Amino acid sequence: MRLPLLALLARGPAHGYELKQDLEQLLGSAYPQPNVGQIYVTLGRLEKSGLIEGEDVEQSSRPNKKVYHLTDAGREALRAWYEETADEPRVRDEFFMKLALAPQTGLADQIALINKQRRQYLNTMRQLSKLAAAEDRDNRIAHLLIEGAMLHLQADLDWLERCQEELEELQ
Amino acid sequence: MSESTAEVLRAEGLVKTHHGEGAPAHAVRGVDLRVARGEFVAITGPSGAGKSTLLHLLGGLQRPDAGSIWLDGECTDGYGEARWAVERRKRIGIVFQFFNLVSDLSVADNVELPALLAGVPPRKARAEREELLAELGLAGKERSMPGELSGGEQQRVALARALVNHPPLLLADEPAGSLDSKGTREVMRLLSRFHRRGQTILLVTHDARLASAADRVISFFDGRIADDAELDGVPPRGRGISGVLELKD
Repeated sequence: MRLPLLALLARGPAHGYELKQDLEQLLGSAYPQPNVGQIYVTLGRLEKSGLIEGEDVEQSSRPNKKVYHLTDAGREALRAWYEETADEPRVRDEFFMKLALAPQTGLADQIALINKQRRQYLNTMRQLSKLAAAEDRDNRIAHLLIEGAMLHLQADLDWLERCQEELEELQ
Repeated sequence: MSESTAEVLRAEGLVKTHHGEGAPAHAVRGVDLRVARGEFVAITGPSGAGKSTLLHLLGGLQRPDAGSIWLDGECTDGYGEARWAVERRKRIGIVFQFFNLVSDLSVADNVELPALLAGVPPRKARAEREELLAELGLAGKERSMPGELSGGEQQRVALARALVNHPPLLLADEPAGSLDSKGTREVMRLLSRFHRRGQTILLVTHDARLASAADRVISFFDGRIADDAELDGVPPRGRGISGVLELKD
């Protein structure tokens, strides 16, 4: 959550609740919303490490709110973030170890394991389809997020298929 | 409801072996299947698993070496080519990966043709066609020729053609197989919409996204059913959907 908050502040000063709303608007209903407490905690940490600075603003009928802005160090951290590429997605290593070790344990059938895992992925895929159908059509970022999750699942399902083809030949 | 009306399709012991050059290919090796009225079933599996052959058997486009098929409780063992052709106009609608539209007929004629062949009066055929094309977002394309349309549009015309006679069963063979991501979503949305209205659908696809629109997914491997799962939409164990969507630092 740290760098996305910095990125939101690059546009201009904002307080915690505004940042939460900005995130919601950007990513749509599909994205699991961070609670506002989590955002305040993160902002506190960012301030402590000197990447942002907060300023109390008086409000007439409510407690003061804290408006944060990016420091030079914060802008530098953000720039470094954009310089890096992200890590590759990973193979489902826990499932793979279960599958690879199943014959030795005598506790599980490999094909049954694959079938069970496939059911879970398909159910998740179905939920993602429903989310996509419910999401505002014009929110492209939200749709790209859901589509990304679906394509990753599709890859995992394809891989399960390959496992099944290979392992059924052996049986 | 009697068994015959509850079950749109039933197959028992279906076997089909292709004898081409080289070794015989055992495409379908003993398949039992029941599809209830109103169900949306997807058959997925790797290419070459025999799932398209299975769909062709179920639509009477090929004949099984063994086994039987019942449509609405009626055994089709004695059906000849002509009878199957009639069933494909009345009881079974089919869409294919490459649309199979008649290239020198207009969009309107492609959709009306099966209705006219089934003996529907021309005026009624036209009304059905107008309604379906409007529903599928193709109003204004009636006079176009198939070649002038995008892949996604051609598949929507094929869907209108398959549904013009209100068949109890819709068979779809890789309906998004030659479409881009946007076209795939469109096909998915339309199949779901017809399903919600009660259309029974049997879909063959290797695309898990498309399959997940169904409420039952059959995994087909090497000519056999490896798994037959109801998708309940219940959040899976663990972090489930938020686990796959949450962006992490």
